[in-house]
Amino acid sequence: MTEAVKTPKIPPEEQELLTINGDEAVAYAVKQSLVDVVAAYPITPQTIIVEKFSEFVANGEVHTEFVPVESEHSAMSAVVGAAAAGARAFTATAANGLALMWEILYIAASLRLPIVLAVANRALSAPINIHCDHSDAYGMRDSGWVQLFVENVQEAYDTTIQAFKIAEDERVLLPVAVNLDGFFLSHTLENIRLLPDEKVHEFLGGYRKVPKVKVDYFDEEVPLMLNPARPLSFGPLDLYDYYFEHKMHQVEAMKRVPEVVREVNDKWYELTGRKYGDGILVPYEVEDADIVVTVLGSTAGTVRHVVKKLRREGKKVGMVRIRMFRPFPHEELAKLLKDAKVVGVMDRGISFGSYGPSFLEINTALYDYKEKPLLVNYVYGLGGRDAPPELIEKMFEELLKDAEKGVVENKLRFLGVRE
Amino acid sequence: MPAQTLPQIPIKKGEPAYKLWIFEPGWKGELPLILNLRQMAEQKRPAILPGHRLCAGCAAPIIVKLASFAFRGPTIVVNATGCLEVATTIFPYTSWAVPWIHNAFENSAATASGVESAIKAFKKTGRLQWDHVDVVVFAGDGGTFDIGLQSLSGAAERGHDFLYILYDNEAYMNTGIQRSGGTPKYAWTTTSPVGTVLPGKTQNKKPIADIMVAHRIPYVATATPAHWLDFIKKVRKGIEVNGPAFIHALSSCDRGWRHDTSLTIEISRRAVDTCYFPLWEWTPKTGYLLTDRSLAIARNPKLKQPIEKFLEIQGRFRHLLKPENRHLLRELQEYVDSVWEDLLNRAANAPR
Repeated sequence: MTEAVKTPKIPPEEQELLTINGDEAVAYAVKQSLVDVVAAYPITPQTIIVEKFSEFVANGEVHTEFVPVESEHSAMSAVVGAAAAGARAFTATAANGLALMWEILYIAASLRLPIVLAVANRALSAPINIHCDHSDAYGMRDSGWVQLFVENVQEAYDTTIQAFKIAEDERVLLPVAVNLDGFFLSHTLENIRLLPDEKVHEFLGGYRKVPKVKVDYFDEEVPLMLNPARPLSFGPLDLYDYYFEHKMHQVEAMKRVPEVVREVNDKWYELTGRKYGDGILVPYEVEDADIVVTVLGSTAGTVRHVVKKLRREGKKVGMVRIRMFRPFPHEELAKLLKDAKVVGVMDRGISFGSYGPSFLEINTALYDYKEKPLLVNYVYGLGGRDAPPELIEKMFEELLKDAEKGVVENKLRFLGVRE
Repeated sequence: MPAQTLPQIPIKKGEPAYKLWIFEPGWKGELPLILNLRQMAEQKRPAILPGHRLCAGCAAPIIVKLASFAFRGPTIVVNATGCLEVATTIFPYTSWAVPWIHNAFENSAATASGVESAIKAFKKTGRLQWDHVDVVVFAGDGGTFDIGLQSLSGAAERGHDFLYILYDNEAYMNTGIQRSGGTPKYAWTTTSPVGTVLPGKTQNKKPIADIMVAHRIPYVATATPAHWLDFIKKVRKGIEVNGPAFIHALSSCDRGWRHDTSLTIEISRRAVDTCYFPLWEWTPKTGYLLTDRSLAIARNPKLKQPIEKFLEIQGRFRHLLKPENRHLLRELQEYVDSVWEDLLNRAANAPR
């Protein structure tokens, strides 16, 4: 949810009002972010990002080299090459395209390249389906990427710009994926406010600045890039004597992500008057709530609407939107959930033979508390199945009954599926 | 523009030859193309440094070394997964004197596309600190004929400015000699073994260089490390053209081909002498042009050697020399002859 600040540095009237969809919002954000290389391949529902961006390129509105690659695998490979050469690089995809990138997702993260990827979330095949769920994003959760999920079109714009700032922060140096729900956000028009170009440039500090590192064969710190003045080797063979330590560097970098995401969220708030919770979690009416539902992405809007309605009816319900899924905010989320009677965890995806991925995380988060809420996993919306307010309300009713009973009989429930 | 040299070149006598290539920002000019062997030995430093872990007798480092003698200035090397990659960069060591990146097996051309695009973006915005930065890819046959073909074809179609050098050792040598699209017919490999029913690989080698010609990119050529002068000239041409260039270099592998480590260059020479691996170059303007020894053979067909001369010193073809397999040998000779005849018909400089 967007909270207004009284005196943002750029007042709303100085921010351009545009009616655009989520994909176009991402394209505008990339256009303003001084991106050097965009490599992408078309896949629904991401296509509009690339189409819109191609227009900017065709009209000479950006300096960006657009590489219309022959596959998503090559899209990710090309942005790895570009980022290693010192460029600010962006790509976008969805579903099967993201699955095809999978091998290189790990390489991008392990080479510590601050690439930004927009994912217009879509169900994975088979059967082939072009509509929204989070199974594509859940598939990359272990790859070493920071994963942010947005709720609306305004946030898609804001978060895409923030993602470059987060990725390139020297405490982080990890690639960032911005997830926006396919069609629900990618193709839905919304009135949003855009910053002036130069304000975005200023926010990002201009073109990408490559960090310097100490390498034992140079006397001075050298730029971490493919640089003919100070040659480095990227992506060497790395066996049992060093690989593990290099993985630990990624573990440590992930630990530093939350503070950076919070800082960037705060800076954005000062600048624009918009913030998304603390940047990591967006709680709503949780303080005295008996029932709390957690959710990712655009469904949060519907859940908030239902919470509002049930609160009016005097029911103690609340919601937490998880904006950052990787690294997962275990401790922060546990603090928000621990005093509830029942927590409903909504997952728009499932790990077959197990539960929804965010349910597993939340179990882990709460395990160490002696007093903890009952947990229920609601898998919903697979393949774009609608989750209307009535369905969300039904879920809350069930959870209220669970709270009364004080016991959960069926931990894994499927919301909105025909019996 | 007058030719210039790296700051440390020429090498002083007694100075180690394994310094990094440093091109300070603002460095201008072009490294000279030296074609005199003595001067080359005295003045050129390879981009691949001593101490790498490639096998004794491997042709790959010779190919890289010769190619780097033709680099014209700041150069970034992209390397596909393979023998060359694993044996030159075991962390924390590297054998590369130039900026080098390995991404994965099948995507070296896509990676090079990204590197080249970054260079273009820097140039456009006044952030490139040199007049030009060249991109050269080294990839093996598995990463080119097979798993990397899509990425290579896509990059060629998009017209990125880089030179792709295929070092073709005709099988997946890094994983232990498995057959690839580059393995010739009847060659033994661990996945095309010679059995009681099958005589090694039963399919012909994919005509990769002709596939690249069909893309009508600015420059395509074949080369071997034995014909070093021809190779160096071709590398320089490949770097100088605007757009993608492709060089198919035959790279013998003593482990996989089963030959003595001292025969690497001899085998490369015989591959050309028998017309198993003809030397040529192609540009959209000139079409096919035979070069070096292959041009000599075209002019004087008596120089052409029978295919046995190439096979007899390699264990992978041992079974072909047995009397009961004479028909296979004949078939192979006929295939080599037909490909050679076809090339003679296409080559603009072949005698009519």
